[in-house]
Amino acid sequence: MVINIIILIALVTAALWTAMTTRLLRSAVGLAITSAILSILIFRLASPIAAVFELSVCAGLIFAIFIISITVTQRVSPEAFETRKKERMTKFWPLPIIVIIVAVVLTQIHFQTTFNLPAQTAPNDVKIILWNLRHLDLLGQIVILLTGAFGVVILFKEWKNG
Amino acid sequence: MLSLFLLLPFLGIIVLNLPLNGRKDAAAFLYTLSLSIGQAIVVLFNPGGFWQRPDFWGGFFNLGLYADNLTFVMLLSIGIVVSTAACVGWQTISDHRHRLNFYNLILIALIGMNGTVMLTDIFSLYVFLEVTAISSFILIAFQRDLNALEGAFKYIVLSALATVLMLTSIAALLLFSGGTSFAAISAAVKSNSNNIFIISALGLFICGLFIKGGLVPFHGWLPAAYSAAPAAVSILLAGIVTKVAGIYVLIRLVTSVFVFGPIVQINSVLMLVGTFSIIIGALAALKQDNFKKILAYSSISQVGYIVLGLGCGSPLGIAGAVFHLFNHSIFKSLLFVNSAAVEKQTGSTDITKMGGLGARMPYSNATNLIAIFSTSGIPPMAGFWSKLVIIMALWQMGHFAYAAIAILVSVITLAYLLTIQRKVFFGILPHELKHIKEAGIWIVIPAVTLAIIIIGTGLCFPLLFNSFIMPVSSFFK
Repeated sequence: MVINIIILIALVTAALWTAMTTRLLRSAVGLAITSAILSILIFRLASPIAAVFELSVCAGLIFAIFIISITVTQRVSPEAFETRKKERMTKFWPLPIIVIIVAVVLTQIHFQTTFNLPAQTAPNDVKIILWNLRHLDLLGQIVILLTGAFGVVILFKEWKNG
Repeated sequence: MLSLFLLLPFLGIIVLNLPLNGRKDAAAFLYTLSLSIGQAIVVLFNPGGFWQRPDFWGGFFNLGLYADNLTFVMLLSIGIVVSTAACVGWQTISDHRHRLNFYNLILIALIGMNGTVMLTDIFSLYVFLEVTAISSFILIAFQRDLNALEGAFKYIVLSALATVLMLTSIAALLLFSGGTSFAAISAAVKSNSNNIFIISALGLFICGLFIKGGLVPFHGWLPAAYSAAPAAVSILLAGIVTKVAGIYVLIRLVTSVFVFGPIVQINSVLMLVGTFSIIIGALAALKQDNFKKILAYSSISQVGYIVLGLGCGSPLGIAGAVFHLFNHSIFKSLLFVNSAAVEKQTGSTDITKMGGLGARMPYSNATNLIAIFSTSGIPPMAGFWSKLVIIMALWQMGHFAYAAIAILVSVITLAYLLTIQRKVFFGILPHELKHIKEAGIWIVIPAVTLAIIIIGTGLCFPLLFNSFIMPVSSFFK
């Protein structure tokens, strides 16, 4: 339980950093870290397949898409950057407070689900799930990361050279 | 042996990017071309049931892939269109480094598409759809001009929206099925057919597929992406990418996973969306002056026919839909090959600035006319037969109004496509275009080959109907 709460605090911190950081690239990295921490939490809550999916989708695929998209953006001038940084802090300073209030409220509510869900039959081991059950996804994700690398080379590196 | 369809392109990408000397772009072109032509040939002839055999190496590379008649039709179409795009890319991209990047991305798209048509797991399907989508996004932005970036941006935004819808749906379905295999989801859908949660999840997934397929009202990204992309990429996108990512998955899931019978509303929704796409795509095409934009709107309209046939819900309708999907891959690729030839030689896709090119580009002129006749459903071209099968299926099921609309819009199709032919290839040649000649051998060869496939399929239809076209719908439960 204590470990779960520590993970939860790390998750919220990473999510806040993702939302409040002033650089797109840092924000994308923050999202990937948030997803990775969330995967650990889901895994600890005995849903290994959901954890693997979270890791695949957010930390893998979506991160690759964000990185490719960021490569086609243009850097703003230092003056504009400073102005936007100030605007961003003005907009987002209440966010940590809201998160704390929501967390306190949620701890006081006891949710009850009425779904009659099937029992989880998958083995509780990420290695087995990735290597034995989902190795086709693993191949797909390797290809996506490869595509991300090509995207950065084609759209960013060569563009800069040109 | 099906895993070879994924492993050979993957191996090619690794080898082509090793730090070796020599003309890597030529090697990449030859590898992509031989792999895609090889794919089409071995799928067509399937010597000794080679593809159904288990992988002899077993173990990790035994990826649990599955192929039936529908899969083989898709693999055949993918092989033909990728080889066409590879040839046109060689002719239209001049920089060696850009060519190498282009073939790398084509090979990645090939892995994505081949994987998508051979999977039996909805989450793996999502992963391979993303492989196809991300490689397509980079291919569209390849030229890095403002239009290309705008087209790529529209594509990635709407594709991301489709992804969100599909992932939400997968998460909801996972709650009820306990797994993501087609069999588990099909069983969960059957046993919870009146559950509003399941019905909403199916609705979300289908909306995602409508976006990927460019169907009305989710078609906003398609004309911009098709017209802004480099010529060879337009062929790939219009010929096969949207067909695999949107329409194939729709056919597969609606007929054998989301189980047609109990949820009858899917049937009506498909027919309605198909009909709107047919009409709106054709009417929008009438107003365009840009060669590629006319073809893009025409794609929306033709995909509408496929969805209309699917919406029939009968084996004949589904056979017609799959047959039209194959035909559309061929004739739309041919039309885009000819637009690539015209764009390369004139430097423009504005049809109002052209005329009389037929005398200077006889192969492009003749093959374009064949593709137009096939698209409009003029006998004995292949497109005529697939439209006829769809209309017969509609008639058989009592959908007379839908059948009448399908016939009437074929006339509009002929009108806007003949406008291209008249303004580009017929009439008087402008003085500044007197020097024009055919765009090159690597554009003429695929154009003539695709034209032969259109005529051959059309003439052999009586032989193909019972032996090839109807058995395609055998996956329909």
